[in-house]
Amino acid sequence: MANMTPEEVKHHIKTYVMVFVALAFLTVVTVGISYLDLGVTGGIVLALIVASIKGSLVACYFMHLIDEKITIYWTLLATVAMFLVLLFLPLSTSLAQTQV
Amino acid sequence: MSTDHHKESFWTKYIFSTDHKIIGIQYGITSLVWLLFGFTLMMIMRYQLAYPESPVPFIGSLLGDGGILPSEMYNSLGAMHGTIMIFLGVVPLAFGAFGNYFVPLQIGAIDMAFPKLNAASYWMYFMGSVVMAIGFFVPGGAANSGWTSYPPLADVATMGQTVWLWGMVLLITSSLLGSVNILVTVIQLRTEGMTWMKLPIFVWTQFITAFLLLLAFPPLEAAGVLQLMDRLAGTSFFMPSGLVVSGEVLTNAGGGSPLLWQHLFWFLAHPEVYVLILPAFGIITEIIANNTRKPIWGYKALVYAMIFLGFMSFIVWAHHMYITGMGTTIGAFFQTTTMIISIPSVVILTALLLSLWGGSIRFNTPMLFALGFIPMFGIGGLTGLPLGLAASDIHLHDTYYVIGHFHYVVAPGTIFALFAGIYYWFPKMTGKKTNETLGKLHFFFSFIFMNGVFMPMFVQGLAGVSRRLWDGGEIYAHAADVLYLNEVMSVSAWLLGLAQIFFIVNMIVSLRGKKTAEVNPWDATTIEWTDTTSPPLGHGNFETVPSVYRGPYEYSVPGADKDFTPQSEKG
Amino acid sequence: MDIPYTVKNRPDTGLYNGKLGVWLFLASEVMLFGGLFSAYIFLRTGVDNWPMGAEYLSVPLATLNTMFLITSSVTMVMSWASLKLNDFKKFKMYAGITLLLALGFLVVKYFEYTSKFHHGYFPSTNNFLGIYFTMTGLHVLHVIGGIVVIFFYWMPGAKMWETDPGRFTNRIEIVGLYWHFVDLVWIFLFPVLYLL
Repeated sequence: MANMTPEEVKHHIKTYVMVFVALAFLTVVTVGISYLDLGVTGGIVLALIVASIKGSLVACYFMHLIDEKITIYWTLLATVAMFLVLLFLPLSTSLAQTQV
Repeated sequence: MSTDHHKESFWTKYIFSTDHKIIGIQYGITSLVWLLFGFTLMMIMRYQLAYPESPVPFIGSLLGDGGILPSEMYNSLGAMHGTIMIFLGVVPLAFGAFGNYFVPLQIGAIDMAFPKLNAASYWMYFMGSVVMAIGFFVPGGAANSGWTSYPPLADVATMGQTVWLWGMVLLITSSLLGSVNILVTVIQLRTEGMTWMKLPIFVWTQFITAFLLLLAFPPLEAAGVLQLMDRLAGTSFFMPSGLVVSGEVLTNAGGGSPLLWQHLFWFLAHPEVYVLILPAFGIITEIIANNTRKPIWGYKALVYAMIFLGFMSFIVWAHHMYITGMGTTIGAFFQTTTMIISIPSVVILTALLLSLWGGSIRFNTPMLFALGFIPMFGIGGLTGLPLGLAASDIHLHDTYYVIGHFHYVVAPGTIFALFAGIYYWFPKMTGKKTNETLGKLHFFFSFIFMNGVFMPMFVQGLAGVSRRLWDGGEIYAHAADVLYLNEVMSVSAWLLGLAQIFFIVNMIVSLRGKKTAEVNPWDATTIEWTDTTSPPLGHGNFETVPSVYRGPYEYSVPGADKDFTPQSEKG
Repeated sequence: MDIPYTVKNRPDTGLYNGKLGVWLFLASEVMLFGGLFSAYIFLRTGVDNWPMGAEYLSVPLATLNTMFLITSSVTMVMSWASLKLNDFKKFKMYAGITLLLALGFLVVKYFEYTSKFHHGYFPSTNNFLGIYFTMTGLHVLHVIGGIVVIFFYWMPGAKMWETDPGRFTNRIEIVGLYWHFVDLVWIFLFPVLYLL
């Protein structure tokens, strides 16, 4: 991001505004969904999908991950892997426990 | 460089310095003091174990109760021994001191990437250690629920546990700042020509260690916050429903799980094992290459093994939790990953061992410690295998066998490596050489007594003696045959303590000695020896920042005029 | 002698030190909140009855707060873009709006917390409220930290624009990355705690 021409920056600003509109819209969507009766599982899945889309928009455009350097990608790849391990491996042990 | 030598006061130069070398030495001195203190706690405990319920000599009057170590205090000392040795002693020495001092020098950087953050990291560690020390003076004494702080016991323990948690929050923050700093330094500040595959193994180990600290410590911080909430705000994250303490049903909401703590704790604490051992591998590799006068065997294999080791260390943690009753499927998963992670460890150890083959070995003090490290770590590693398999772990869990196993990894393992590193780099840090005779005496006595302390633990553990017993197992019939070993271990521990006097005297005598003119006394190849003075200049390290043209271990290159070719030598 | 690559990018990595540093810091933050999310899942699956967030919490207030944070995120990135266009006045304006929105978030959060206490809902009431207060509390601490830093570069720290504009722009980019992360965490906290 260090060497951008003013035109490029202006182009970026347009993107930011569009992303903002999308985020606001998705917030309304996710609140709306929660008032529908989708059952617990359906509700969780849908809400997490919407949240993931919003999160990706913020990360990709506001944080410029869409065109970042390879070092950052590697770092985040390792982090995401460990994050998923942390989220689901403890869960798997407790689920296995209740089945016994 | 010599132009910007402006006057600095004692305070800015030595106390609130942002020079990585000073900060490294600050880390080193603080952590060595804590190592001695943590060891002293254990020497007191060993008196109670050898001679149950008899007054402790010399310091008995401090303990109250007729000089006998009270059982509550025994628990405190045990918990604090573990905490201090790991979080205040070995990690800050291996990562804070050695990492800070030598990573920038070995990669040709003039300082760390963020010098102020570096100083902040040290002072955060210092405050954390002060908070830990305050624990001894609060009502009920220091934390007494083991260094693992398992709830629900830790949730209902005395105030010392709260102090412990605040101390941990500070220490975790410190290690976070330190690890970001090392990572950015290695990625961004390598000098010209210092490509990834030309990095000394020591830098690699510090780099991987930093990654482990960066990603494994935060979940423990989260767990610490949750435990603080349990203790201070009355939540029940780790408290199951209907818990009875001292005959009374607790009134908290319940619904929590003690296993949650164990998961979050071991998510840190297993990678922590590799945080303890990786820098040791790094130091040993440097010393072995230097003193065999030949290239290290399998540089790339070492690097890949270490990366793989770091990665795998995140998915083995539940082998500490086999007896919590996890299902067999998930148990099998963790047994498998545990067996897999032993492979890179064996690759590393084999590479180091094969490096000795055909070398003309110089038996100086650092090399002796390095040679002692290899079999000692080997014992520690191999005795870990039965603990990684659920069937045998169920019998050995929480016995002295476990204590013996991890102490072989950390004490005659990592700590030997750290001593080796101190002897090896002492000339670099001070411009003076240590006394070889004292150093060798230190090694031989330490080697004998370390084994005297830890080898009998395997025997006791196999006989079924549990850890954390105030009376050392006296009340158990099955322990009767192995009880005499308690005295053997205790005497060894005290003699081990005495053997450290050689080290302390050696440091003092050497520091007071004359400076030697030698810049590169070991004839080493890495650039911290070849391109700067000993000790290096103030801010800036190098007169001119060197460029790198070759790998780190070019010893005895055929056709070269001397038996070492520095990394910065052209051609 | 200065440390290299504080402003300029290192050729082979294409990064300056601060940017890599803040990404690594954020990586560890991911693991910090990851620990708490993991605890949330673990606790929730471990019991038979887990309350719906809306039973205790106010969805409209949280929606308002979501809007506050999303808007503040876009004004933050605009303030950085303004610096890139050499428009310092616009930077001041956008950073100022960011601060106002962040303070608005805190005010709403304050009313949420006090109304919970008023109804007799405390962290000790049950584990849902416990994890709600812990996670949002830690998030609020991050918001406060962000406010302090943004305020610094908005008022006293802005002097650096005169002396070293390149470095100042980098710092705003770094602060922005942190601020977007705080927003990102809230984007996940909102459905997890309020809607599910």
